[in-house]
Amino acid sequence: MLKKRIIPCLDIQDGRTVKGVNFLDIRDAGDPIELAKRYVKEGADELVFLDITATVEKRKTLVELVTKIAKEINIPFTVGGGINSVEDVAALVKAGADKVSINSAAVKNPDLISAIAKRFGSQCLVVAIDTKFEDNDWWVYTHGGRNKTTLKTVAWAQEIERLGGGEILLTSMNSDGTKDGFSIDVTQKVSEAISLPVIASGGAGSEKHFKEVFEQTKATGGLAASIFHFNEIPIPVLKDYLSKNNISVRK
Amino acid sequence: MIVIVKYNAGNVQSVQNAIARLGYESVITDNPELLKAADKVIFPGVGEASTAMHYLKERELDLLIPKLKNPVLGICLGMQLLCAYSEEGDTKCLGVFDNQVKRFPAQDIVPQMGWNNFTSVSSPLFKGISKEDDVYFVHSYYATITKNTVAESDYILPFSAALQKDNFYATQFHPEKSASVGNTILKNFLEL
Repeated sequence: MLKKRIIPCLDIQDGRTVKGVNFLDIRDAGDPIELAKRYVKEGADELVFLDITATVEKRKTLVELVTKIAKEINIPFTVGGGINSVEDVAALVKAGADKVSINSAAVKNPDLISAIAKRFGSQCLVVAIDTKFEDNDWWVYTHGGRNKTTLKTVAWAQEIERLGGGEILLTSMNSDGTKDGFSIDVTQKVSEAISLPVIASGGAGSEKHFKEVFEQTKATGGLAASIFHFNEIPIPVLKDYLSKNNISVRK
Repeated sequence: MIVIVKYNAGNVQSVQNAIARLGYESVITDNPELLKAADKVIFPGVGEASTAMHYLKERELDLLIPKLKNPVLGICLGMQLLCAYSEEGDTKCLGVFDNQVKRFPAQDIVPQMGWNNFTSVSSPLFKGISKEDDVYFVHSYYATITKNTVAESDYILPFSAALQKDNFYATQFHPEKSASVGNTILKNFLEL
């Protein structure tokens, strides 16, 4: 049976792991490679590395970090942050990234989705959506949650599927950093509107929140950062809890 | 010497890294002489079947690979290309295995992406591995079950998780990305 995936996210700034609370306050949670190795040992199913300060000048630093991660890690990992072109993707894939994640660049230039899918395959492409509930609907935001767009989240997810995206990483800005649970509503709507895998993100604060999102939506993965970084919920404890609640996870 | 067949796209680096972690050196190449001389050949692959076959044909690797006498391990698309035919891009493949490659019916999320266990395993490739062990899959197309099937798995329907015939071995999943279970399977192949 296909298992639900538990995915720690490591936000990277200048080669170090950080985590923003509501995308603002940033705390240092250590060395990304050491942290990644700890997660693999504990049973993480995949890892996501998001370079939150990725700029053209920093690109080389990220590629170097990805090369080191790929040498150490024997589970799939995704790299995102500031990816704007097929060339950016090529550099990261060559360094050993299994998947890349794009967000703002896909909104600005949806053809980039098709271009990446064509060259590297859909399985290589995660499209991240930051979404916020306002004025009775879920809206797509870009640039780390700073810019509101005119796109509605469900319609954008369907467009991503049509263009060849392989997976959706859906972050609810209303929930992110609150530890009050995933936004079930939007996760349900998006995961039922498309047939791509959806990873729920934003708001995980307890084992129960993962149970809820897996029971009430079609999401196949749950992503979180700080609760894993600061060991508030050890991954083995989470998996044990889910398993006891009849949610199939990898032991 | 371990040879990893070079492709124009896809993450072959992760295969080389996984082998290095097991203490083996390898080269990534499409040089026919090196492929023939290798102790082991690993034929990985992600991407699209017709594009990959086109790449192999340009280098006449479509003629060479099926004739190799050394142990060959196809991974993911590499396994599908060793089959007879793939629905992906209506592609005639290498024909080492007589299996057909079909698209998963759209009754659930396609691709299958994530960790899945086996419903049966045999073959020296799976020494020390049990049915309950999980490995990492990413695929929209699957190989049918035939006498070559040495591991079965289930997603929407039963499919071939691994194939074996003579010196040819193949896995639909990614052993290089399947944590310690994957390491064991790669090690089993390298020690054949």
